[in-house]
Amino acid sequence: MSQTMLVGIDGSAPGSRAAEFAASVARAQQANLLVVYVIPWSPFTFNTPEENESRHRRREEEIELARSKVLAPLLDSLNAGDGKVEGLVRHGRPAEIINHVAEERNASQIFIGRTGDSGLKDILFGSVAGNLVQTASIPVTIIP
Amino acid sequence: MNRITINGCFAALRAAAIVAATAALIAAAPAVAQTQTQTQTQGDRALSPTQAWIEGIEDPSLGYRAWIHGIVPAAAEAEAPSGIDAAINAFTAPVASFIGKVVFFRIEVFGAGLPLVVLWLVIGAVFFTLYMNFINLRGFKHAIELVRGDYADPNSHGEVSHFQALATAVSGTVGIGNIGGVAVAVTVGGAGATFWLIVAGFLGMSTKFVECTLGVKYRQEFEDGHVSGGPMYYLRKGFSDRGMHGFGKFMGAFYAIGIFIGALGIGNMFQSNQAYVQLNNVAGGALDGLGWLVGLVMAAVVFMVIVGGIKSIARVTEKIVPFMALFYCVFALIVIFLNSAVLPQAVANIFAGAFTGEGVAGGALGALIIGFQRAVFSNEAGIGSASIAHSAVKTDEPVTEGIVSLLEPFIDTIVICTITALVIGTAQVADPYFAGDAQGVAMTSAAFAREFSWFPLPLAFAAVLFAFSTMISWSYYGLKGWSYLFGESAKSQINYKVIFCAFVALGCVVQLGPILDISDALVFLICVPNILGLYFLAPIVKKEMNSYFARIDSGEIKKYK
Repeated sequence: MSQTMLVGIDGSAPGSRAAEFAASVARAQQANLLVVYVIPWSPFTFNTPEENESRHRRREEEIELARSKVLAPLLDSLNAGDGKVEGLVRHGRPAEIINHVAEERNASQIFIGRTGDSGLKDILFGSVAGNLVQTASIPVTIIP
Repeated sequence: MNRITINGCFAALRAAAIVAATAALIAAAPAVAQTQTQTQTQGDRALSPTQAWIEGIEDPSLGYRAWIHGIVPAAAEAEAPSGIDAAINAFTAPVASFIGKVVFFRIEVFGAGLPLVVLWLVIGAVFFTLYMNFINLRGFKHAIELVRGDYADPNSHGEVSHFQALATAVSGTVGIGNIGGVAVAVTVGGAGATFWLIVAGFLGMSTKFVECTLGVKYRQEFEDGHVSGGPMYYLRKGFSDRGMHGFGKFMGAFYAIGIFIGALGIGNMFQSNQAYVQLNNVAGGALDGLGWLVGLVMAAVVFMVIVGGIKSIARVTEKIVPFMALFYCVFALIVIFLNSAVLPQAVANIFAGAFTGEGVAGGALGALIIGFQRAVFSNEAGIGSASIAHSAVKTDEPVTEGIVSLLEPFIDTIVICTITALVIGTAQVADPYFAGDAQGVAMTSAAFAREFSWFPLPLAFAAVLFAFSTMISWSYYGLKGWSYLFGESAKSQINYKVIFCAFVALGCVVQLGPILDISDALVFLICVPNILGLYFLAPIVKKEMNSYFARIDSGEIKKYK
């Protein structure tokens, strides 16, 4: 049976580099590659009633946008050889979700970029690598 | 490590406090008689003629608003009506007086006036507590687990979480009433009113559970994915399912009209009016006569949020309000702690007053009525408004929204109102005349100022924000009533929103007492069809509830954390 490797991306250049690196490793080991894009989201925010009402629709839009603008172009550019490449969009805390998906799909390895987009996302994504290193139960490779 | 130390400290403090309280209670026993004399003095003072507005609570003809909200109607109201005001008043006053008399009809029970509408709400709350086998106790732990996200499926992340639904609903109910209304309840009903306030909050949890579960179960989903729900939908569909199509339609429309007009008064004009009063107090009267300006600014801000879709303002408020509430509670606890020497006596007063009602018109029953109505008006259980807020949430299990909503009366009434009552209660024990002639918000403010002289400023700021967030929440409730009647089209919604903003501005300048009276009366009138519907649909809720808990017990619904 072929193993599954997971790479977390955020639409930034380091994220794409991580994906390319992960693809090359997966290609070499004939593994399947799972590309995960996590939309930062917290259940503990304060919303207006109208935001709550349109939240379901907004969520679908966010997922659609992430798929079409980030995931699809990246997946097209990746060459995983014999292995299968699959994209996944989720909401939540990036490190937590990446871990969860890794366990759910029985992944053998996680790849992640060291820093993500600039600004706030940088801080968010920067800590994703750190968080994963501390919490993941499988090896984590950090791509600078 | 730090956390453990802190927890340890808290535990030690708590233990010390309990020991101290017990010891002091025993020591204070002979002092109870003296306390009662104090309460009596307090009572006499409360009913002095200078406080006519408080008398309004005893005599509805002096204004239902004061009676309901326990707050001085302010701004332009003191001026003599003229021009448009007079014309509007001449037209609306008889209607307001009639509706008010009907809705707030009171029966005399042992010398205390008991409004039937309060009785109706309380009987409902008692019934639902018993019928749902004390869901308010049984569901409490599960409610916290749900809010914490223990049962949240990671695959449904990104939808509205239970925490978000709760926070939205709470910011609609936590308001000026929690600060000022309690002060009035304690002044008029004595310390004992606090006890009944807590009891009523506890019972109201069950009513909330039923109405929020139904709100989600019978909500309407539209093609574009947005949802609308609330009493108008469950009344129509629920009665219709039982073969009463016409009656269901009537009840739904009746509720929609009530919540729409009510939103313009209780959730709009009254709020903007109180915000103006608070701002003017902070400014030391510099805003006298500038109500039109404050009104316009506030209307503009509300317009930007609800019409312009400038979410950032709303988001900022929605974020600040919970912190303000937390800030308020923390300082209240500090004030109570600083007065811990008199706390046992303040607590003893609450229990003694609850059953003896010394110095209260109508005795213990008078205290009970005032405590109950304060709770009902504060947490809105039975009015159905929270059901509208919760219905916006996408969930497969309507019962979970009901269980989460249990926490609203708990937070609003049992926690916030009670600690306000304790702040005032301890101040009264320490110095019976601490507040001078201050009433309502000013009285609470004075109780805080005994310990922190700067506190009235942030308190006024908090009150303004509470008023603003209440306006935003009620604009949504009113909108749902409006769109139920006139359709969900964007154009019809804009019409409503513009009307709503106009009323925000009006609230600060125009003397529209009778219009407010009508809106207040309507808000309480709609709890008649609402609770009637809850009785009819309670068996459905019970079935869902039992099935849900059975699936929790069997492990079919599992924890993710």
